[in-house]
Order: sequence, then structure tokens, then C-alpha cells
Amino acid sequence: MAIDSPAGAVALDRPSRPPAAVARGRRGLGDRVYRGLILASVWMVLVLAAGLVAALAWESWPAVRAFGFRFLVTSHWDPVAGEFGALPFIYGTLASSLLALLIAVPLSLGAAIFLAELAPGWIRPPVAFLIEMLAAVPSVVYGLWGIFVLVPWLRDWVQPPLGRTLGFLPLFQGPPYGIGMLAAGLILAIMVVPYITAVSREVLLAVPGSQREAALGLGATRWETTRIAVLRYGRSGLIGAILLGLGRALGETMAVTMVIGNRPEIAASLFAPAYTMASVLANEFTEATSDLYVSALVEIGLLLLLVTVLVNGLARLLVWSVGGPARGARA
Amino acid sequence: MSPGGRRLVSSAVGGLTAAAAILVVCPLLLIFGFLLYQGVAALNPDFFLHLPKPVGEVGGGVANAIVGSFIVIGLAVAVGLPVGILGGVYLAESSDRRRPWVLRFVADVMNGVPSIVFGIFAYTVVVIPMRRFSALAGGFALGLILIPVVLRTTEEMVRLVPNALREAGLGLGLPEWKVSLRVVIPAARAGIITGVMVAVARIAGETAPLLFTALGNRFWHQGLDQPIATLPLQIYAYAIAPYDDWHRQAWAGALVLITLVFLASLAAKVATRGRTLAR
Repeated sequence: MAIDSPAGAVALDRPSRPPAAVARGRRGLGDRVYRGLILASVWMVLVLAAGLVAALAWESWPAVRAFGFRFLVTSHWDPVAGEFGALPFIYGTLASSLLALLIAVPLSLGAAIFLAELAPGWIRPPVAFLIEMLAAVPSVVYGLWGIFVLVPWLRDWVQPPLGRTLGFLPLFQGPPYGIGMLAAGLILAIMVVPYITAVSREVLLAVPGSQREAALGLGATRWETTRIAVLRYGRSGLIGAILLGLGRALGETMAVTMVIGNRPEIAASLFAPAYTMASVLANEFTEATSDLYVSALVEIGLLLLLVTVLVNGLARLLVWSVGGPARGARA
Repeated sequence: MSPGGRRLVSSAVGGLTAAAAILVVCPLLLIFGFLLYQGVAALNPDFFLHLPKPVGEVGGGVANAIVGSFIVIGLAVAVGLPVGILGGVYLAESSDRRRPWVLRFVADVMNGVPSIVFGIFAYTVVVIPMRRFSALAGGFALGLILIPVVLRTTEEMVRLVPNALREAGLGLGLPEWKVSLRVVIPAARAGIITGVMVAVARIAGETAPLLFTALGNRFWHQGLDQPIATLPLQIYAYAIAPYDDWHRQAWAGALVLITLVFLASLAAKVATRGRTLAR
């Protein structure tokens, strides 16, 4: 608490800073109640966040005790026999997310550079608006579109020629079902592109104009300015943006569940059905009959939580490092 | 490289990034095209006014799911709004330089937690003790998703309120809580409404956290402690079912859902636009 400097002095020192309305000494009853409410809200958020981890850890304890580390490295998922190994789901989540990033990152960074640096002024607001709308489309709508448009298109038009021409690679072997890893990766890519684009654009816009002016003043072209002065300056923020996209992809549930085929197998081919951690939760949670089954599913949820918290925490720190904590708050 | 070559590279990259931007926007147009094409044909008054028909019968609607969505969103707002706004005020007005960082970081990380994980949390702390799936559990799960969004927008917006306003209030001898509730928050109101609408737009489309909290229901709302239908749940159930008429209704439902989501987003935009004009 700012005991060393009264509120007025703080405001004089740093005019942009609000006076210390929340944390100050003597106050009336109303102020004490109001302050109590505010602190209660703060603690509520922190307790809920801690409770989230604690509740999942508690519920998954039976599975952790029963299977230990084996849970992560075995691929036998047989609820009837009480055998639970989560490897196919972990593999499916990682593989579909990486496939999505492979497609999404070049496109998003390109679009962000276009919107923040190279595009003529009049084109920026409408395109930025369209990308914002893409981010607002609910997951289940992507899934619906995936089932009835994307999957048939892949099955009839994309997978057969891919299989004929590149079929010697294990990646493109097997019957063209349409549903499977390729469809999941594509729909995920479409879904994370707006996030990565929006955050990258904010990062690029947060790069000080003096950086650009210095490079332009030395005779650099538009692209050279972007490459030397802007991208290098915003590099950590851009990595943060990509990690935010990765966090989204790892936890994305509905659209993936609807197109990935939901089969707990690890296959080399992108045409084969697969399963992700989030999908198995969506499909099997309400049907889980035994306590151990529920516990195993909650353990998958806990793993998902820990991985996404790690990825997102890192991403936030990187994005903050460029623009300060106010940037990217709503992404 | 010659100056001409460098300029050429610059334009070439400009073209490539423009192509990337076009490719990024393409899926939106495709998705909208299909939603309009498939959805409009399936829309009729029955769709908005009637309950789902039993399996095998054609027709019926999703009126219960539309009402259910509003109920669950209302519950989520009731859970998340006060906490989010007060937490945001704390972040914006605290004079402490270190401690707010923790809350800000926790809120941002919570924002990235997969929504289905909140569903599991609601299942363990609401569904298991109550021994049944319920609208309350669904509202709780969505409320958790709402909190970080409202919290961070409120912070940003309260920060924008000029200090002179606070000083004027305090100088008149008003207690701080009155300055905060009657001066600062009203001044930031438009921005806070924007944050709330952004959050509502996000939770309105959530399906995953409701699968094992609200569960879904083929009948009208039967009390907050009972399973309840929502529009996204209904779209999901219809989309993965093997009946053509249900697929038709899934498209119609998706069109209605996305219209609601965009209306909420639009309301968010309009609220801040008024704000920036006024300033």
C-alpha cells in the first residue's frame, strides 16, 4: 500500500495514474464496505482459479493413483475393462494443433503484417472487422460447417488426388473418409487464424513509430522497414501471439469433435480418424459409468488445463513484453 | 541488391501479405454463404415457436432452446458481472504496483483455459453435490468464462476516466465509494457495456461447458435446478444425428445463433462508438 505517498502526491507524480481510491488509510463505513466488496471480488477470482486446479486434482486422484505415469504413455483405452491410457488423445491434441499452426501461422502473420504495415489505410478497418467476426463465430457453427461442407469437399476433391500423387508418403495413405486428422487440422487452422492475426496486429501496432521512421529515413523500402525495424522489435510479442493460438487449438472442443472421427488410435496418415483430449471429454463424460472412468476423464481435463495454463502464461508474458499489460486483453 | 530489385521485393511481399489477408477472410464468406443458403430455407415461424418434435417426425422448432439460452446467459451474467466489474475497478484504481499483477495475470490465463475445463469444474462443484444436471450448473460454468473478459475490459475503461473527475468528486467531500459508483463507473459505462456484450457474445455460442452441466432438454424450462436446453447444445445434437430434417434445423439454429452473437458484438461496438464521439 502506498503509505509513503498520499494519493494526491501520486497523482502529481504520474498524472496518468488515478488517485489511490482503493488502497488508502482512514475512511467511513461506506468506503470500508465498498473496499470489502472489491477485495472480496478479487479473492473470489483467485479462489475460483485455485479451486479449479484443486477440484480437478482431487477428482482425478483415483486415476492418478491407479495408473500413475503409465496413464500418459499407454494407448489402451478400454472403459469396460477399466484400462485407461491417454496417449492417443495426447497425440491427437498435439498433432491436430501443430497441423493447425503449420497452416495458420504463415497466413496470420502475413495478414497481420498486411493490416498493420503495408495495406492502404482505407482497406484496414473493413478487413480487421471481418477477422473480428471470424473470431466471434461459435465453435459449434464451425463444426456444423465442417461436417456438411469441409468434410465432403476433402473426401471428394482433396484426398483422392493427394492419395494418388503423394500416396507414397505415409501421411497421405488410407481410404479418404473426409473426417479425420486433416479435417480437424484445417478447421482448427480456420479457427485460430483470427486470434493470431488480431494479437499479432496489436503487437505490430504497439511498435513505436520512431522505429519505422528511423528505417525509412535510412532509405529502407516498406518491406525492409517492416522486417528490420518492426518484426525484429515485436518478435517476442509475435511468438506470444502464436502461443495464444496454440492455447486455443489445444483446448478447442466442439468443432474438432465433430470432424476428427473420434477413434482412439495413433495413425501415421492424416486421412485416418483420431481423437483429442477435449473431444474424449465431450463425448464420454456424461456416459462415464464407473468412478474410475470419470476420474480418468477428469485427469485428462487436468492435463489439458495444465498445458494450456503453461502455454497461455508464457504467451501473456511475451505479449506484455512488447505492448504492456493493457494490450491483447480481449484476445 | 539494386534499388529496383529491393523495391520489387517490397512489392512482392506486399502482394503475398495481401493474398494471405484474402485467404484469411475467405472462410468467413464461405461459412456465411452456407449459413444463409442452408439456414434461410429452413427458417419458419414454427422454428421459433414450437418444441422439438419426437424422433422421426418432421417439423417442430427449438423455441425451448432459444429461451433456455437466454436463461443460462442471464445466470452467467448474474454470477460473473459483479465480480468482473469490481475486480476491474480494483485493477484500475489500486495504488499498489505489484499485487494487482497477480489478478491481471490470473484473469488473462483464465481467459485462455479451454471452456470444457470450466465444464468439468462446474460438474465437480455443482452437479455432483446437487446430484443432477441443471441450468444453475450451466450458468456457473459460463459465468466463470465471463469473469476474466468483463474484468479486463472494465479495467481498461475505468483507466480511461480522467483523473480530474475523481478529484472533483473527492474535492466535494464525497466518500470514495460514491465517487467510484456514481462518478467513475458511470463515466466508463459505455466501455463496460461493451466488455459485457463481448463476453455475452462469447458465452452465447459456448457448447462444450454445457454438455455435462446444462445437459440439454427436449421440453420447456422446468426450473433452474433441472436440465435445460440451449441453442448451441441443440445445434450440436441435431448436427451429429442421422436425420435430414434435424440437419436442416441445425443450419437454421446456427443461423439464428450467429445472428444473436453478431447482434451482441454489434451492440458492443455501438456502445463504444457513442463513447468515443462523446469524448
